[in-house]
Amino acid sequence: MSSIPMSETAPAPAAQPLGPTRTPAFEQRLAKRYRAERNFKRLGLGAVVFSVAVLVFLLGNMLMNGIGGFQRAELEVTIDFPASGITGDATSLTAPSASQTLEMQGLPDVVTFFAEEQVGKDAAAQISPEAWRDVAAALAEDPELVGRTATFNLPVSSALAAGLQAEGPAETQALADRLAAEGKLARNWDWGFLARSDATSPQSVGIWGALKGSMLTMLVTLVLAVPIGVLSALYLEEYAPRNRWTDIIEVSISNLAAVPSIIFGLLGLAVFLALFPNLRSAPLIGGMTLALMTMPVIVISGRNAIKAVPPSIRDGALAIGASPVQVVFHHVLPLALPGMLTGTIIGMARALGETAPLLLIGMRIFVATPPEGFASPATVLPMQIFLWSDEIDRGFVERTSAAIIVLLAFLLTMNGVAIYLRNKFEKRW
Amino acid sequence: MSPITLILIALGLGLLGWLAGRAKAWSFQTGDAATRPASRPIYHAWYVALWVVMPVLGFVVAWSVIAPQLVLQSVLASPAAESLPAFGFERDAFLGEARAVALGQAPGVFNDEAEALIAPFRDAFAHYNTIGIIVTVLIAIAGGALAFLRLRPQFGARTRVERTVMMILLVASLVAILTTFGIFASLVFETVRFFGMVSPVDFLFGTKWGPDTMTSASSVDPSRYGAVPLFWGTIFIGAIIAMIVAIPLGLMSAIYLTQYADPRVRTWIKPLLELLAGVPTVVYGYFAALTLAPMIRDAAVAVGITSASTESALAAGIVMGVMIIPFVSSMADDSMAAVPGAMRDGSLAMGATRSETIRRVLFPAALPGIVAGIMLAVSRAIGETMIVVMAASPAANLTANPLEPMSTVTVQIVKLLTGEQSTDHPATLSAYALGFVLFMVTLALNFIALRVVKRFREAYE
Repeated sequence: MSSIPMSETAPAPAAQPLGPTRTPAFEQRLAKRYRAERNFKRLGLGAVVFSVAVLVFLLGNMLMNGIGGFQRAELEVTIDFPASGITGDATSLTAPSASQTLEMQGLPDVVTFFAEEQVGKDAAAQISPEAWRDVAAALAEDPELVGRTATFNLPVSSALAAGLQAEGPAETQALADRLAAEGKLARNWDWGFLARSDATSPQSVGIWGALKGSMLTMLVTLVLAVPIGVLSALYLEEYAPRNRWTDIIEVSISNLAAVPSIIFGLLGLAVFLALFPNLRSAPLIGGMTLALMTMPVIVISGRNAIKAVPPSIRDGALAIGASPVQVVFHHVLPLALPGMLTGTIIGMARALGETAPLLLIGMRIFVATPPEGFASPATVLPMQIFLWSDEIDRGFVERTSAAIIVLLAFLLTMNGVAIYLRNKFEKRW
Repeated sequence: MSPITLILIALGLGLLGWLAGRAKAWSFQTGDAATRPASRPIYHAWYVALWVVMPVLGFVVAWSVIAPQLVLQSVLASPAAESLPAFGFERDAFLGEARAVALGQAPGVFNDEAEALIAPFRDAFAHYNTIGIIVTVLIAIAGGALAFLRLRPQFGARTRVERTVMMILLVASLVAILTTFGIFASLVFETVRFFGMVSPVDFLFGTKWGPDTMTSASSVDPSRYGAVPLFWGTIFIGAIIAMIVAIPLGLMSAIYLTQYADPRVRTWIKPLLELLAGVPTVVYGYFAALTLAPMIRDAAVAVGITSASTESALAAGIVMGVMIIPFVSSMADDSMAAVPGAMRDGSLAMGATRSETIRRVLFPAALPGIVAGIMLAVSRAIGETMIVVMAASPAANLTANPLEPMSTVTVQIVKLLTGEQSTDHPATLSAYALGFVLFMVTLALNFIALRVVKRFREAYE
C-alpha cells in the first residue's frame, strides 16, 4: 500500500510486532493453564495407579495369606509295622473296607503308641484324632509298607499348629518350639488340601468337595445355557421377523442380563425348589438357576458374533440354492462359533464365581464328602469360601485365602483362554 | 429313575431311527432324474430321529415332575406310613431319610421310624421306574414308526425338518420371556401374600425394621416391617459411598487411558482394570470383612471415634466402589469414543489444552452416556449381595454416619431366607417383597439408562 513509506512518521501500529497477546498477564494465564493441564493428567494417572494398586494389594494379600493355607503343621512319627501287630496283604489293604479293618486292628492306638514313644505324651495328645486315616491311606497305596518301618508326617491339632506360629497359650508355644527344634514338627506342603473335603478343623479341610460341586454345577449350566443361548441368538439375529413378539423377547433378554443375581436365587427358590423339593442344594438346581442367569450373556455375545459374519457369505450360499436353515447351520454358525465360544467362556466364568443365588437355594450347607452326582447335596467353591470366612479361626483364614487362590486361578485361566481364542480366531472380512 | 437315563434311552433310540430313516431313504435313490426324491436321505434320517426324541423329551420333563409325587402317594398309601406323624418337619425328615436310603444315597437311617418306610419306597421306585422306561420306549417306538412309515420318495422331509428347527429356535428364545415371567410371577405372588399381612404403607414408609421369625404368623406386628432403614442403607452403601469411590476413579482412569496413555500401555492396563470386575464378589466380601473393615475401625478409633464398628457401611461401600470402577470406566470410554473426532480437533485447533478440551468439549458431549453408565453401575451396586452380606451388618440402622453398621435389602433377603422357617411366615414373605422392590428399581434404572444411551448414540449420526 502507499502508506508503507510513511511508516517512519507513524511508528505506533508496528511497534509491537509480536502482537498484543504475549502480555505478562497472558504468560501467567498460560502457565496456569499448563499447570492445570499437568495436574489433570496427573490426576488421571493417579486414578489408574490407584486402581491397579488396589488390585495388586488385593491379589497380593490373598497370595501372602494363601501360601500358608497350602501348608499344614505335621509331626514326624515313625511306625514299625512288624512290631505293631498290624497285618494285611495287598487285597485286604486296598479293599474299600480296609480303613474299617485297620481301625478294628487298633491302628489309631498304634499311631498314638509310636507317637508317645518318639515325641512324648504331651505332643502325642496333639496329634489330630483322624491322623491314622492318613496312615491307612498310605497303606492302601503301598501295601508292602506293612512289613517295614515307615515314617509319616501326621497332622496335628489346630492348637499346636497355632503354637508353631507363635500364637495361642504359652505352653503350647513352648511345646511347638521344642518339637520344631528337634526337627519333629514342621509346616509342610499339604497337597491333600486339593484332595479332601470340608471338615470342622482347619488342619484337615480340603477343597476337592467344593471343586467337584463347582464342576458338576457348571456342567449343568453349560448343558442348559449354551444350547438355549446359541439357538435364541440364531433365531433373533437371523430369522426373527420384526414384530411385537420379538421385541418383547429382545427386551426381556436385555433386562435379564441386568437383573441382580440374587433375584435369580429368589426365582430358583420359588419355582425350582417348589417343583423338586428333594433336590435342595443339589448341583442340578444350582446349575439350572445359574443357567437362567448366564443365558442372556451368551445370547448377547452370540448375537454380536453372528452380526460380525458378512452378509456376502449368506448371499453366496442362498445364491447356489441353500435354504435359510442350511445357510445358517452350514455357513453362518461355523464362522460365528469362535466368537460365541468366547462369550460363553466369559459367561461361565461369571457363573463360576457367583454365590448369591446359590445361597438362597440352600447350597450353604456343610458337606463333608464330595458330591456323588447331580442330585446329591453339594457345595461350590465360592460358597466354600463364604462358609469358611465365618470361621474366624486363624487356620481358616489361611485356608480361605488358599481356596480363593484356587478360584482365582480357575477364573484367570478361563478368561485367558477366552482372550487367546478371541485373538486366534478374530477375523477381518 | 433319573431323567438322564431316560434321555439317554431316547437318544439311543433316536440314533436307531436316524439310521433306519437314512437306510430307507437311500433306497429311494434311483439315479434317474425324473424320479429324484424330494429330499436328501439325511433329512429323512433327521425326520425320523426328531419324531423319536421330541415326544420322549416332553414326556421325560413331565415325568420327572410327576413321578416323585406318585412315589410319595404310593408310599403314604402303604400300611407302614400310618405310624407317621401327621405333618410337619419330622414327617418330612423321616420320608427324606427313607427315600435317601432307598435310592442308595445314604448308608442307613438315623431315626428308627424311617426304617419301615424304606421297603415301600424301594417298591414304589421300582414300580414307577419300570413304568417310566416302558412308556419312554413305547412313545419312542410309536413316534419313530409313524415317521418311518411316512417316508416316500416324494415326501418333503427337508421342509418338515426345517420347520421343526425353526420351532426349536423359537422355543429357545422364549425361555427368556418365561424366565422374566417366572421372576415376576413368583415375586408378585409372594409379595401380595405379604401385603395381606402387612400393609404396603407400613412396609414402604415404616422406619423400624426387625422381623421376628419366632412370633407366630397370626400375630404380626406391622410396625416391625418398616423397610425405610434398609432402603436408606442400600442407597447409602451402593449409590453414595460406592459411587464416591467409583465415579472419580472410573472417569479419570477412562480419560487417562483413552486421551493420554501410550497405546502400548493401554493394551496392558485396560485388561488389568477389567480384572477388577472379574474377581468374584465373595472374594471382595472376604477382603472387605477381614482386611478393610478392621483397618477402618482401627483408624477411626485412633482419631478418637469410639462408635466405629467393624461392620461399618464404609468398608462395604469402598470395596463395592472398587468393584464398580471398570464398569464406570468402560461406559465412559465408550461414550467418549462416540463423540466425533472433529469436535475434539476443533477445540484443540482453537488453542485449548487437552484437559480443557476434555472438560469443556468431550465430557459435556459424552455426558448422557456417562450418566447412563453411572445409572447402570448404581443398579449393579444396589443389587450386589455377597460384599454386603459379608461386610455390612444384619442390623438395620437409620443413620448418616458411615462408620456405623447399616443393613441393605440384599442382606435382609439372604438373612430371612437362609434360616429354617415356614414359608407362610410374614418374615419369609417380606424377603420376596424386598426382592420385588429391588427388581423394580434395578429394572427402572436399567431401562432409563438404556433409553438414554440409545438416544444419545443417535445424536451424532
